[in-house]
Amino acid sequence: MSEPNGNGTQPQLTAKDYKTDQEVRWCPGCGDYAILAALQGFMPELEIPKERIVFISGIGCAARFPYYMETYGMHSIHGRAPAIATGLSVSRPDLSVWVVTGDGDALSIGGNHLIHALRRNVNIKILLFNNEIYGLTKGQYSPTSPRGKVTKSTPMGSLDWPFNPISLAIGAEASFVARAIDTDRAQLTEVLRAAAAHKGSAFVEIFQNCNIFNDNAFDFVREDKENRIYLQHGEPVRFGPGGERGVRLRGDGSAEVFEGDGDALVWDAHHPEASPAFALSRLTRDTVGATPIGVFRDVERPVYDDLMDDQLRAASEQKEGELGALLAGGDTWTIS
Amino acid sequence: MAKQAKPVEQVDSVIVRFAGDSGDGMQLTGGRFTSETAVLGNDLSTLPDFPAEIRAPAGSLPGVSGFQVHFADHDILTPGDAPSVLVAMNPAALKTNLHDLPRGATLIVDQDTFTERNLVKAGYDANPLEDGTLDGYDVHTVPLTSMTLEATKDVEGVTKREAERAKNMFALGLMSWLYHRPTEQTVAFLERKFAKRPEIAETNKRAFHAGYAFGETTEDFAVSYEVKPAKLRPGTYRNITGNQALAFGLIAASVKSGLPLFLGAYPITPASSILEELARHKNFGVRTFQAEDEIAAVGAALGASFGGSLGVSTSAGPGVVLKSETVGLAVALELPLLILDIQRAGPSTGMPTKPEQADLLLVMFGRNSESPVPVLAASTPGQCFDAAVEAARIALKYRTPVYLLSDAYLANGSEPWLLPDVEAIPDIDAGFTTEAPPDGDFHPYVRDDDTLARPWAIPGTPGLEHRIGGLEKQDLSGNVSYDPENHDLMTRLRAQKIAGIASDIPELEVDDPDGAELLVLSWGGTYGPVAAGVRRVRGGGGKVAHAHLHYLNPFPRNTGEIVGAYDKVLIPEINLGQLRKLIRAEFLVDAAGFNLVRGLPFRASEVQEAIEAML
Ligand code: SF4
Repeated sequence: MSEPNGNGTQPQLTAKDYKTDQEVRWCPGCGDYAILAALQGFMPELEIPKERIVFISGIGCAARFPYYMETYGMHSIHGRAPAIATGLSVSRPDLSVWVVTGDGDALSIGGNHLIHALRRNVNIKILLFNNEIYGLTKGQYSPTSPRGKVTKSTPMGSLDWPFNPISLAIGAEASFVARAIDTDRAQLTEVLRAAAAHKGSAFVEIFQNCNIFNDNAFDFVREDKENRIYLQHGEPVRFGPGGERGVRLRGDGSAEVFEGDGDALVWDAHHPEASPAFALSRLTRDTVGATPIGVFRDVERPVYDDLMDDQLRAASEQKEGELGALLAGGDTWTIS
Repeated sequence: MAKQAKPVEQVDSVIVRFAGDSGDGMQLTGGRFTSETAVLGNDLSTLPDFPAEIRAPAGSLPGVSGFQVHFADHDILTPGDAPSVLVAMNPAALKTNLHDLPRGATLIVDQDTFTERNLVKAGYDANPLEDGTLDGYDVHTVPLTSMTLEATKDVEGVTKREAERAKNMFALGLMSWLYHRPTEQTVAFLERKFAKRPEIAETNKRAFHAGYAFGETTEDFAVSYEVKPAKLRPGTYRNITGNQALAFGLIAASVKSGLPLFLGAYPITPASSILEELARHKNFGVRTFQAEDEIAAVGAALGASFGGSLGVSTSAGPGVVLKSETVGLAVALELPLLILDIQRAGPSTGMPTKPEQADLLLVMFGRNSESPVPVLAASTPGQCFDAAVEAARIALKYRTPVYLLSDAYLANGSEPWLLPDVEAIPDIDAGFTTEAPPDGDFHPYVRDDDTLARPWAIPGTPGLEHRIGGLEKQDLSGNVSYDPENHDLMTRLRAQKIAGIASDIPELEVDDPDGAELLVLSWGGTYGPVAAGVRRVRGGGGKVAHAHLHYLNPFPRNTGEIVGAYDKVLIPEINLGQLRKLIRAEFLVDAAGFNLVRGLPFRASEVQEAIEAML
């Protein structure tokens, strides 16, 4: 995947090597633990020396993540992690840069940075832990909470229509969009693998249970596995007991669930058009009581970091930068 | 050009102002006249003055754009208070500029534009060329437009509109004759600029030559003037604006530190031209990132700093306020970061193209909690280069965000700049930590004994993996800490680190040839007008001392001593007394202020009067 960094290849690393000496401080039972374990377990697979891996987070429960990863890391400002990661990634193409964020961090205060990082296709991997609530500030509704959600800040129910993070990412021109569930380690690891292999921005929404302020929010897929619509590239989209339910596209391009036999949509994550992925993203707890898990979209597009590097290289090939010549450019005159 | 047949008068300094509609190309005309003047070896100083609107309605008062050039046979400090010559391309330009013109000054107007309609647009009830308004001025009414059309009528493939637009070159030609400016470079410039449309180049050249020839032949201009070259320090010069000098300074800092330059910026007046300039120099490894907003711009710069780049963000006040949280993070992270604030008149959007000095307290204190940041301020367009190099040096050496203040006056103003000896600019040692300590336990908040700076270990360095963040750190280990005593210690350490920079910067110099009792203390972009005002006072026999601050935080170590040594201290500022507040608080000195907040630079005469009032 990447060359050794000149300090010799590292011996086979294990999950343990990615654990820090810091006490993990999430609430007992929080979904974050499972994600941390999955990520630490996956990291050795990357085969990137750990000094070349960087985790950047914003603010929120999820944002504590970098403290627990024995890599380089920065716990930054609320919502700004994609911007900070962009600067790091484009100036250091040799690094593997990961952003850990939450639904408030990425979709509320940091919404602008998220969509712009995705449209530019900066080479960063964004993991959005969606728990549909503000955990760190103790339980206010978030931009992914369903409308009518009763929380401390919405005693009569929230008025906001929520974001669908997958639809948003697809709309923001993301070249890689996927979803996973905190407790489904095998599938989460598979998604992480695909995200890491993707060149450019990868957006991964992870359903994360906040057992303190929003317990059971994802029970419809976390507990009831029959409602998980696993997306497998090249396979018909089927789910339910024995795959008795299928997903197909209607004439108008929207997706629907049908029972029994019939031609299910054969999933193409590399489809050049975003519409099929978008249509699938509209299958939710609220619309069909089930939702797709896996890679919605994985397409190749020029990577911002590479494009910038190309320009730098082309410019220096044309004319090597020389400070004296730069300063003396334009009209000069000499006084003796 | 033919030999000058008319008498030639020697003058030591001239202030020319070109004024016209924003569509009349006044900035270009002024720029060309400046280049001709620079090549001739005069000392000079320029001040463009343009509206924020790109194209206000043609002929209207808000649409007037101006460019002032002051040139002389001796060293000068400002673009000049009042023009000695005003070129007014239409009634609106006359109306908005006439009040600056002292009686007796030369006025050249395009009489073709003084139509009924244009007069109404400019708010004139009667034609000022005829009603005595201009009595006492040396008025030259020239049919600029029609003579331009006449001179260019034979050029094929050019519309009347296009031909008419060359009238600024006619005016430039006339002025070039009047002040004996060399013309070759302007001709070459026009050929370059309109290379894709040779007929337009031809039209402009003809207009330019026609203007020159008109000066030679018309009886309206009896004499022409010569301004001898100035005796400037020997060396090679170029003309440079403040923003260009900032961009070059950043590149120099990058070269001298060996760190790639990363600029995060969002377009904003009057800072955008730094982004544009740097974007042209990718061959120096400069990465320019036009971000989605001001916050992302500085965030990306900080991310790049974390990775070992020289991270810079450029903006103006309305953008700087948005950067506060990231600057605060950089204070906590103790990473280098450079933020350039090209100040403009506020509050809020204010007057985007007009200068002010009112962001000083913002950059000093505009962050939550105790978060000290070094603040520097550039003093002249050329000095912007040194200021950028120095600000970068401090940021890198002390692992701290640094604010560098400039303003709209320095940004767009220009002066001859003695090219620095590139070899003589000292190297800047970024001093990365590259080796893991013997026990393998890297502590990112251990401090250097001298500077109190922490180690900078960039990602990619094996064995130094560590996490930093905006939560309070444990001293040394950098682990998250809520310990009360530790927080007090860290707060003091951060403050001491910045205060300690005072021992690493030059002492404040005082210019006091006569043993004065009054000290004038200035800072930032007012240097030129204040120094010129001081000169005038001395010229009249007054005794006054002058010191100019380039460092606002920390102050040079002898600042207290100096302000304490004078009976009276006067602080002129284009704000309501921000430096004065700091000086009074810091040194318990009863400093007086001279404050005008008009979105204009000071005039030397105003500073002179303010000083004399205190003598
Ligand atoms: S508040 Fe919720 S999200 Fe935050 S740590 Fe506790 S369980 Fe996890």
